[in-house]
Amino acid sequence: MAKKRIVSTTINGDVTEFLCEPRQTLLEVLRDTLHLTGTKEGCGNGNCGSCTISMNGRPVTSCLVLAVEAEGADLRTIEGVARGSALDEVQQAFLEEAALQCGICTPGFIMQTEALLAENPDPTEEEVRFYLAGNLCRCTGYDKIVRAVLSAARKRRMTAEAAK
Amino acid sequence: MHEIDYESPTSLADAVAILQKNRESVRCLAGGTDLIDHLRTGRIDARQIVDVKKLPELQILEAGPEGLRLGAAVCCRSVCAHAAIQQDYTALADSGAIIGGIQIQNRASLGGNLCNSGPAADSIPSMVALSGICVIAGPDGLREVPVEKFCVAPGKNVLKPGELLVEIRFPKPAAHSGSHYRRFIPRNEMDIAVVGVAAAVTLSADGSQFVAGRISLGAVGPTPLLAEEASTKLIGKPVNDDAIAAAAAAARELAAPISDMRGTADYRKHLTEVLTRRVLSAAVTRARGGKVDHRPGW
Ligand SMILES: Cc1cc2nc3c(=O)[nH]c(=O)nc-3n(C[C@H](O)[C@H](O)[C@H](O)COP(=O)(O)OP(=O)(O)OC[C@H]3O[C@@H](n4cnc5c(N)ncnc54)[C@H](O)[C@@H]3O)c2cc1C
Ligand code: FES
Ligand code: FES
Repeated sequence: MAKKRIVSTTINGDVTEFLCEPRQTLLEVLRDTLHLTGTKEGCGNGNCGSCTISMNGRPVTSCLVLAVEAEGADLRTIEGVARGSALDEVQQAFLEEAALQCGICTPGFIMQTEALLAENPDPTEEEVRFYLAGNLCRCTGYDKIVRAVLSAARKRRMTAEAAK
Repeated sequence: MHEIDYESPTSLADAVAILQKNRESVRCLAGGTDLIDHLRTGRIDARQIVDVKKLPELQILEAGPEGLRLGAAVCCRSVCAHAAIQQDYTALADSGAIIGGIQIQNRASLGGNLCNSGPAADSIPSMVALSGICVIAGPDGLREVPVEKFCVAPGKNVLKPGELLVEIRFPKPAAHSGSHYRRFIPRNEMDIAVVGVAAAVTLSADGSQFVAGRISLGAVGPTPLLAEEASTKLIGKPVNDDAIAAAAAAARELAAPISDMRGTADYRKHLTEVLTRRVLSAAVTRARGGKVDHRPGW
């Protein structure tokens, strides 16, 4: 058997080491080894976006990353989004706008939305739809998701204004 | 996925040595957006994986008077964000912005797109139109191959066992040049090209005449194609609808597509002509310093 590797990462701000086989994807290790099961597996081949996490500040599909590639990486998953027990604006907006039904796509959409808003705090609807094109949802029909993203963006801008 | 071994060398010499040692069962890993799925589904049965992302030569991204040096492992999003690429090598940014969604673009490289050598690969026509040269490293040192000679059949290319793609070099386009890539897909994003067309043109200083042109076609043959006879039709011609239509008609004749679930051969030939016309017009607009307001899918 290929030798197991020790991989050192930072996950949601905590220094985290794990053991993995080179053939394991980061998604597998997050879910099965580290029990961070908020990140979901939909397709397993990069098409659905449900496994989206942030790797060194950029959203990636964790089913297409080998866990060994995460050596030294700064990772953020859905578990790191809430501020303590308070939901962040994006999570809150998904709830308020009813932007989920079964919920399996939701962690991926939220991670992708966090990346969008970090890059572009005031996106147009078209920009939202384009940025989220790599995330699939078979329940909601997308409209409520797009509304939730725009509403979260608005709320975050208002909070930023108020803090000035 | 079957068992694999993983190395991530930091020097080109080490990478070549690992490739040499495992010649029969080794693969390079760039963004992994093709490879990881191919390993999982058994389409590729490599036992040794060489992650090439830590090789500094493959991460180079430099534009200067000599032209552009694009490391084989640079991801699409970095390509799209690069000011000199947006300005002078615009077709590369057009391609990078439509490969998968944002998550894929953060990983997928143009080098990986080229080495995967798919007939419908979205960056290869752009690299051909912009006269890219592949720099390949192997046990005997470096060699160069023009991008249009790199792919030899679907999924096959000129890389020999023990070799890897290091970078793609592009000459700096002359003044009054412009380029564009566009594909046809039945949806707005996240799909495989039914036909893809790239063109790079150079105009006379007053913008009235074609001085040079290169048209490249994707998904209309076993490999992306340099449409030479169509390109030469432009040279010396005044920039007008007739010249563009003549080149587009020639491109249609060069297209030798198959019929499959994405479209019949006839449909693809028709699309080749239409897209070539539109892509040439957009390249001309850019060569004249104008903006092309093309949003994929619109
Ligand atoms: C959801 C999704 C959507 C996609 N959409 C598109 C699309 O719209 N258009 C498109 O063209 N493609 C698309 N692809 C395919 C893929 O993303 C691209 O082909 C991508 O550019 C591959 O780059 P990579 O860096 O991920 O390559 P990898 O997967 O790392 O490698 C691809 C192949 O090239 C070899 N290789 C890589 N680098 C080198 C090197 N330096 N030297 C030698 N061999 C090397 C690998 O061994 C492998 O066989 C999509 C894929 C997914 C999963
Ligand atoms: S599970 Fe990773 S993209 Fe679908
Ligand atoms: S809510 Fe069910 S897939 Fe999106």
